[in-house]
Amino acid sequence: MSLPEMPEPVVNHSPTPTREQDLIARVQSGEHESFYELVKPYERRVYAAALAILRRPEDAEDAAQEAMLKAFANIRQFRAEARFSTWLIQITVNESLMRRRRERTVIMEGIDDRREDETDYQPREFADWREIPSEALERKEVRRKLAEALGTLDRKYREVFMLRDMEKLNIQETAEALGISTASVKTRLLRARLMLRDLLAAGWEQGWFSRLPFEKGSKPW
Amino acid sequence: MVNREAMKCEQMWHELSNYLDGEVDPTLGSAMDEHLKGCQRCTSLLAGMRNVTELYGDERMIEVPAGFGRRLERRLAQNARANASRWSPWSAWLIPVAALILFAGGLRLASSLSSPPLKSKLAQPGRNIPPDMLVVVSDGSKVFHVAGCEFIHHKETIRTLTAKDAISQGYVPCLRCMRKYLTDVAGVARGLDAEVRADAADAEEDDAGPEGGQ
Repeated sequence: MSLPEMPEPVVNHSPTPTREQDLIARVQSGEHESFYELVKPYERRVYAAALAILRRPEDAEDAAQEAMLKAFANIRQFRAEARFSTWLIQITVNESLMRRRRERTVIMEGIDDRREDETDYQPREFADWREIPSEALERKEVRRKLAEALGTLDRKYREVFMLRDMEKLNIQETAEALGISTASVKTRLLRARLMLRDLLAAGWEQGWFSRLPFEKGSKPW
Repeated sequence: MVNREAMKCEQMWHELSNYLDGEVDPTLGSAMDEHLKGCQRCTSLLAGMRNVTELYGDERMIEVPAGFGRRLERRLAQNARANASRWSPWSAWLIPVAALILFAGGLRLASSLSSPPLKSKLAQPGRNIPPDMLVVVSDGSKVFHVAGCEFIHHKETIRTLTAKDAISQGYVPCLRCMRKYLTDVAGVARGLDAEVRADAADAEEDDAGPEGGQ
């Protein structure tokens, strides 16, 4: 998984519910020019949902934008009892899954695709694992390493992990988005988290985060 | 019920993710809390897992490509223009055609409402006839009359109705008793002559057959 060279500043000012409802009502009543204002706060989340499934940034952007157009075309079908963000992401996931099926993209499957459950899991122990502080994400190199680690996961784990832990969908929403059971979501999520933890720990040993400032004696292992 | 004493590391690993999400029931949660107090291995595993969710859950991990917003905005605008242009070839001729259809339909509708087919070729439509005025008609006749008009045929079949209903059924005003309501006063004389001839023809037909219908 690659990251774009020149990221845009992330703007995450989700509209207040009242403001959003007002925008939705206006677009539904024909004020089409307000649609961009309505979806702009969700650009990152929509793009991330597409990236979770399609992996390549250019494919994800195209799918995300197509999903936005579909949301616009179907805005009258949106009902107030649903969350707009969930509805939008569901459209994006559907669009991305459809593209993946249609294009039959050959994806390099990651590690451990044969094991569906966690019964035989044995956590790896590392001599020098340390917790990586979130400040480390300021460094592009660290983000790239983390993205690479995520990219090595098998698709079924990566999708669940990205929708749940990066998109912040709840278990039920993740299950509905992917068309799987909540039990499967939980199983795959556990597996994904453990595998990423192992990968990051191994990366630490390999010096991925060697220039990070850590306090002495802070390693949990 | 979870036996706290029996809580093994393997069991912990199965539930660590749910524990992190607060998705375990209170009894299991208490047993796991207890286990974590005395198990460095599981504590470290949980810490690592929490570190993973915090790092990847950070918004900086997903960077929207530069220009994404501008491209989306442009694409939405293009989409709007495409929708509009799909309409323009249609609207160029569809709107006038639709207007013509509506106009013709409107004329036809108006015609059907205001001018029903007249039962007599010689008839003249009335004008300003009070719609609720009571008039009489009789079977076989094409004319409606004021009650008592001496020119009513087949008086045994006479029936009373409003002028509005009579007009809607195709009856025309009698040239004699309804004269003041007729549109073309100059044509009344011609009409009267014609009506006399028609009356004569009606009378002949009446004489010719038992039905007396026309």
